[in-house]
Amino acid sequence: MSGAPPETNFRAEELLANVIAGLIGEARHVAVGNASPIPALAAMLCRARGNGRPYVSVLGSRADNFFSDGGRELFDCAGQGRVDVFFLSGGQIDGQANINLVSVGDYQEPKARFPGSFGSAYLYFVVPRVILFRLEHTRRTLVEKVDFISAPGTSPANVYRPGGPIALVTNRCLFAFDRARARFSLTSVHPGHTVEEVLANTGFAFDLPDQVPVTPAPSPETLRLMRETVAPALAPTYPKFAATVFGIESRPATATVIPGPDPGQREALHPGEGARNP
Amino acid sequence: MPTLARSLDEALATIGDGTSVLIPREGAGVAMAATCALIRRGVTRLTLIATPTASLQADLLIGAGCVEAVEAAAVSLGEFGPAPRFTAAITARAIAMRDSTCPAIHAALQASEKGVPFMPLRGLIGSDVLAHRPDWRVIDNPFGNHDPIVLLPALKPDIALFHAPLADRDGNLWIGQQRDLALMAHAAAKTVVTVEKLHETNLFEDPLLAAGALGGFYLEAVAVAPRGAWPLPLPDHYPADEAHLAEYARLAATPEGFARYLDQYVHERRAA
Repeated sequence: MSGAPPETNFRAEELLANVIAGLIGEARHVAVGNASPIPALAAMLCRARGNGRPYVSVLGSRADNFFSDGGRELFDCAGQGRVDVFFLSGGQIDGQANINLVSVGDYQEPKARFPGSFGSAYLYFVVPRVILFRLEHTRRTLVEKVDFISAPGTSPANVYRPGGPIALVTNRCLFAFDRARARFSLTSVHPGHTVEEVLANTGFAFDLPDQVPVTPAPSPETLRLMRETVAPALAPTYPKFAATVFGIESRPATATVIPGPDPGQREALHPGEGARNP
Repeated sequence: MPTLARSLDEALATIGDGTSVLIPREGAGVAMAATCALIRRGVTRLTLIATPTASLQADLLIGAGCVEAVEAAAVSLGEFGPAPRFTAAITARAIAMRDSTCPAIHAALQASEKGVPFMPLRGLIGSDVLAHRPDWRVIDNPFGNHDPIVLLPALKPDIALFHAPLADRDGNLWIGQQRDLALMAHAAAKTVVTVEKLHETNLFEDPLLAAGALGGFYLEAVAVAPRGAWPLPLPDHYPADEAHLAEYARLAATPEGFARYLDQYVHERRAA
């Protein structure tokens, strides 16, 4: 397609998912936490391209989640090195890739309180490739120093740490993270955004190459795969996202059934379950 | 064999003022009808321990003044945004918060499950989560070489409280895939459960059901509470009542709105 004009008919979500899919690269198992539709889209895109590999675990999904031993299984799996890629975010993220999911201001007398650290204080250490994803790219979110370290970006050499951040994806750009130097560098700026805008809206210092390319647009083949194959598979877990971004109207979440060999057996397990649904 | 209680209040009698209560995450089977009964009774000074996150249940109990301390990896209303009464209580310093991380709660409960005093866990070193947990320790891995690792003391709540689909007449429960509920029951000193309904035959006699069963041995009391997780979901039975949760998020944003919510949905609601 050399010489063809850049594809401009795509949504920001599709661009971001394509960027994240490139960061995922080769992996055996990609896990996606709750409330992460764009990372889930990216992971499932990789799976669609790889004919079923990597394994993708989408928390909150029924079909795309093989865990059967409670909440511990993801963490135990990750602790063994069986999760290659995970996604984390932060109310604040700083230039050393420390993330804050707890509070702004003094911890004992916070000005603002976020929900909490979730699994970050562990997964950031044990998952080899953690991709930071924060749509809001402002000086409020990307700060010089976080007010609370839910999980540090780097650790001293003697701390067990096979994992850590590799990149930060925002609505404006892609940063790569250098663990040895504990520093971000600007990799590319998304179409429609500028380096000046990134500088103006980033609260931490980062390496700035002389030439910063524009983030490549998703190819027509990628867009087709995302729209026709991946988005419908994502819709049961993220119905609002699939409807808003891809116009896919899915059945509501009431359509949960116990998987079983035949409907008669389901009925035996849950006699009359449908009758209680509003 | 647990007491098959005739009422919610009878089942909840063991949850007194000052009890530490272990609660499930919002999609696993939250005993919401029981939670409303506790608020109506006016229980105070509860410590809530989330497995490992909490949502509406914790927000309601905090807003109603029932809670002294919370241990959780996160408290929020999920897609309906921050938990407003939790957030207000933290910024007003009205409750003590023990910030944790998901696998730390799982691991500390597993220590209780095994009857051992602590569990080691990777990660955490260099975080402010660890810095604010004087009850956690960092030791040098005795089998390693200058390898610091965190030890978490066993987490032993007084009561685990949750909602499950079925109980049989022998007090056994069917929890299906919600294995966290088994962890909770194993770890807590006592367990109090509400169920959708009773199952007439012994759950362990049917191999399909036995795979998702939890022995009544662990339970203190069971009460039947149809739709007892409402407005939260009960997996494979009913979804979250999204309209209601959106209304809660809107009302609970202010103390006045929260009081109206309590009047309308908790105090006036007929006990199941």
